[in-house]
Amino acid sequence: MAGHASNELSTEFPWGGKVSPFSTSYGKLMMWFFLVSDALTFGGLLIAYGFTRHSAQDAWPIGEETFNSMPFLGHGYPLLYVALMTFILIVSSVTMVLSVEAGHRMDKKGVIKWLALTIVGGFFFVGSQAWEWSHFIHGSEFGKVELADGSQAIVKGHFGEIESFKVVTAGDHHKKGEEIEEDLLHTYQHAMAEGKIKHDGKSALLTLHDGSIVSVKKAADEHLELVIKTNGEKYKIGNKIEGKEALNIYGEAVYSGEKNRVIYGANLEQNEYGPQQYGQFFFFITGFHGFHVFSGVIINIIILMGVIKGTYHKRGHYEMVEKTGLYWHFVDLVWVFVFTFFYLV
Amino acid sequence: MERDDIIEYSLYTHHDEDQGKKLRKKIWMVTLLLTVVTIIEVVLGAMIKQDSTAWPYVKITFIVLTLLKAGYIVLSFMHLGDEKKVMKYVILAPYIVFIIYLIFIALTEGAYVGNALDSYGA
Repeated sequence: MAGHASNELSTEFPWGGKVSPFSTSYGKLMMWFFLVSDALTFGGLLIAYGFTRHSAQDAWPIGEETFNSMPFLGHGYPLLYVALMTFILIVSSVTMVLSVEAGHRMDKKGVIKWLALTIVGGFFFVGSQAWEWSHFIHGSEFGKVELADGSQAIVKGHFGEIESFKVVTAGDHHKKGEEIEEDLLHTYQHAMAEGKIKHDGKSALLTLHDGSIVSVKKAADEHLELVIKTNGEKYKIGNKIEGKEALNIYGEAVYSGEKNRVIYGANLEQNEYGPQQYGQFFFFITGFHGFHVFSGVIINIIILMGVIKGTYHKRGHYEMVEKTGLYWHFVDLVWVFVFTFFYLV
Repeated sequence: MERDDIIEYSLYTHHDEDQGKKLRKKIWMVTLLLTVVTIIEVVLGAMIKQDSTAWPYVKITFIVLTLLKAGYIVLSFMHLGDEKKVMKYVILAPYIVFIIYLIFIALTEGAYVGNALDSYGA
């Protein structure tokens, strides 16, 4: 019967029309049709991305600047992590094709070995993506600032390390003269975003949740550079401001006492990297792809259980592995395009 | 009446150990190629900045390399190269025609919309 992968396929009546279309089995052809339609979905998403990007022009973030961090190593590794993710996915595609090849030789042990490795690769990829998302959401040390003229700039340079906070005015939880040494960066960024930071000419003073005011002991920021990403009255997209001027206008913005002058990381409404749509496309495209990878891992696990039980061996062929393999390669294929169009160009 | 135009197919597309060896060798060669291409892409991206004059060429290189990778994945890993010609084109033709057209339209239009927003305000 068509659709049912049985041991015997009647060649007299394979698909009801006595001929098997394209000389393929029903299951494989339907998988191909599904992949064709799914590829159009991804194609649509990437084209929408291209449209938005071309209409935003210079305001759009540059991949190698946005994604330049490595786990445990910090900044300064442009695109290396994404390349590693790409490599992991390619390798898991290779183990999948080796599993299919073992299936053609009815080598059950081989199928199990390579399929299990494919699943491991899939988990590694999903995990990497979780790290990438977390990093994207939390953002950089500087964030993006809104300057006095209304323009918005991303900040580059070396962020001076925060050593400690010293309480100068007591609040509900802290006494005067107390030194705070925990969770410094997080507290500092929170105060920046809320506009609860001032400068008295000597050091920055920030107000904590409990109402206490602390003075910040922090090394100076070095090599500060502001790159304008949204037009203002004075500065236009693409302008780069360095040196003393950069320090002055940066200070003016962050110590203004106004809320939302500094944005860190990303959410669905705003992000520090570029236009609003950039964050939305990042979440949607990589998220949709990540969901595909996750589904693929689950499907692979189900098929692996079938292989271990010997279901397909009894059937006389490992076509199920081939079908899940097609889906898995497709996921890899989509990532190759996402990698190029989202990160590289 | 006997029909000779019916193409039979079988799910038993098995091969023996010797053929397997050849196939595996091919798989590892494709792996090497895909890895090398990815490394080239990252090195190019790290070396040439987006504001340099060479960037448009790098961009085209990236797209060509991506299509090369995609071709190897689809034709070799997904075995589309081994399927019947008609099936190959049923799957690939929509992209060759439709996507290229859409990309051209969307990017051109996008650039114009960007210019209009710049000139007349958002």
